[in-house]
Amino acid sequence: MSVVLADLAYWQETTIRLLVGLIAVLLPAGTLVYLFLFKMMSFMQSRLGPMEAGPYGSLQLLAEVGKFLQKEDILPKAADRLIFKLAPFVVLISTFLLILVIPAGPDLWFIDVDTGIFLGLAVSSISVIGILMAGWASSSKYSLLGALRATGQLIAYELPMVLAVVGVIIQAGTLNVQEIVMAQATGEIFGFGGIGNPYVITQFVGFLIFLIAVQAELTQPPFDMPVAESELVTGYLTEYSGLRFLMFFIGEFATAAIFSALAATLFLGGWYVPGLEPTDNLFNVIGPIVLLGKMLLVAFFIFWFRFTYPRFREDQLQQLAWKVLIPLSLVNIVITGVLKVVF
Amino acid sequence: MSDTADTKQMAYIAAQAADARVNLEIETEGMTLNIGPQHPATHGTLRIVVRLDGEQVISADPLMGYMHRGYEKLTEVRTYPQVTTLVNRIDWLGSFANEVPFILAAEQLMEVEAPPRAQWIRTALFEMSRIANVVLFLGDMGVQLGAVTPVFFAFRDREFILNQIEAVTGGRFHPNFDRIGGLKDDLPKGWIDETRGVLKRIRNFCDEIETLVVGNEIFQSRTRNIGVIPADIGLSYGLSGANIRSSGVDWDIRRDGGVGLVHNELDWKVWTHPDGDSFARFWVRLQEVRESCTMIEQILDGIPSGPVMAKVPRIIKVPAGEAYVETENPLGVMGYYVISKGDLTPFRVKIRSASFNNVSITPWLLKGVYVPDVISILASLYFILGDIDR
Repeated sequence: MSVVLADLAYWQETTIRLLVGLIAVLLPAGTLVYLFLFKMMSFMQSRLGPMEAGPYGSLQLLAEVGKFLQKEDILPKAADRLIFKLAPFVVLISTFLLILVIPAGPDLWFIDVDTGIFLGLAVSSISVIGILMAGWASSSKYSLLGALRATGQLIAYELPMVLAVVGVIIQAGTLNVQEIVMAQATGEIFGFGGIGNPYVITQFVGFLIFLIAVQAELTQPPFDMPVAESELVTGYLTEYSGLRFLMFFIGEFATAAIFSALAATLFLGGWYVPGLEPTDNLFNVIGPIVLLGKMLLVAFFIFWFRFTYPRFREDQLQQLAWKVLIPLSLVNIVITGVLKVVF
Repeated sequence: MSDTADTKQMAYIAAQAADARVNLEIETEGMTLNIGPQHPATHGTLRIVVRLDGEQVISADPLMGYMHRGYEKLTEVRTYPQVTTLVNRIDWLGSFANEVPFILAAEQLMEVEAPPRAQWIRTALFEMSRIANVVLFLGDMGVQLGAVTPVFFAFRDREFILNQIEAVTGGRFHPNFDRIGGLKDDLPKGWIDETRGVLKRIRNFCDEIETLVVGNEIFQSRTRNIGVIPADIGLSYGLSGANIRSSGVDWDIRRDGGVGLVHNELDWKVWTHPDGDSFARFWVRLQEVRESCTMIEQILDGIPSGPVMAKVPRIIKVPAGEAYVETENPLGVMGYYVISKGDLTPFRVKIRSASFNNVSITPWLLKGVYVPDVISILASLYFILGDIDR
């Protein structure tokens, strides 16, 4: 993108970047909601899902958005008004910042920084603040419980997620996401270089830990204690309605899409498909599509777990994080480091 | 008192006072959380006031009566045949089972007995309403624990049972089919064969639940050793049905002295579980659905021919007297104490419904558990709001 935009004025460039960013966030999120939340979930539960709006209910999403726009924007009387209104934006900000680091082709990126993955994992934690703000400002006990659960959970799972990524960083030898993709495209598995080296093969432990941590980070079942409909009446979302609820909703699924894309980038080779030179200009065209496909593959697993499992209890979740995932990811780092030195 | 003892005592008092002061200074305020009356987990309007310390429950008080509809009083201004319409709505998921004990009590007072064919069909419908009720529990337990998928399977397969009930009685939820002295109608043509197919579906559903829910590690870790009810405590709170059987008490009215129904002529087993926890309650109910299928299959094979209605007067006047009949309903023991003064209407009816007693154990049971377990324990106790408040 930087090549295309080189000759434009600053305001033109910024506008284009914003529009592309909006599309890059909303399109995958909408795809996930329609494909998985509406259709796959319905088929798993032996029902059809939306069928009326458009062919096979493909316009259902627009109908839902229209419904949320029409709804009354309710502010609880005792709420902290400013913080209550601000919270959904904070959650969305973290989502929009996270997409910046994910490249979609050899020349397609928003920002190309040398600490890309570090930046991405750092900004992804901003959403916790938004959730805590929402829970506290709602002045509802259920919301408060939900927000505190969310905070504890996100802190616990940030760590295994980062540690799982460390394995990838050691193997690629760089923090730059674009270079991690390149390293996977040009790498070889113990001397065999036919398909590059997608790190899911050498880092499968890290990949599993990353997926579990993403599941917890997204507060999806089996880690959905912060929203737990049957216990906390959707936790920190309880008091939200209309447009603000929609923003949380978009934030949730956009984050799911972007984390899936991040997992695809770090472990499945990102925009690269074997058979072509990684510097081939063609990747600037098919790269986004390849990335979308890989993202859907990862998201499929995330949503599959979501519809299948019951939820953990809060203490069981912390035990899983601190007693299983973190030691496991530390062992993974040690083994990766040793193998990196040996080979 | 010696000097040493005195100093010891003083030291003890001083330490206690210091402790008390520290406790006063750093004591955190507990939180009162109203679970209900409008809450997804109470599927109705039960309100549980819990005092929380963090997420741990200090005390829990169930407050009932939000759905009180006064059925006991209403029966006093209804004739006997009209009462079945009311009592259908007590446990609305297994509604035919509500009619049976009342009709049996009225029959006892009138000294009539339903013909054998009516008794066998009654038993079949009784067990079918148990399936319709408990199948939904098996799915709902998953929802309370956060897995939404099982409940859709439950709704899907319950529909077939409801269709069969509708084919006989004309009503899916409120059959109003039981009459003093027999049943309203005989079975429709082809019903017996269709029901066999439906029972096969229900068995498949049970297998599905067994693999989807019972075998799930998260489900087990959420229910094993959670909400343990020892047998003596359970009995002292008046628990009944699967709740007490899952504490190891081998007690089922269908087998031990039930009147009017033909369970004793069938070959079946009363399932118990020694653990008494949430998992045991789920597991026992799952086995009971299978056992009900076995019973209905035997009934379909062995149903005798003959009339479905005994000779009763057109206008029913029940002679003066008192009768108490209880049966093993889907939720537990349900009993009707009917007092008649020889009128068209009962003089007084006392309804003993199972859920009222099953919920009464919650203050004891919920002490010290975490909020998520409150929900899973309530779900595993399995109450229907109509059955609590009547």
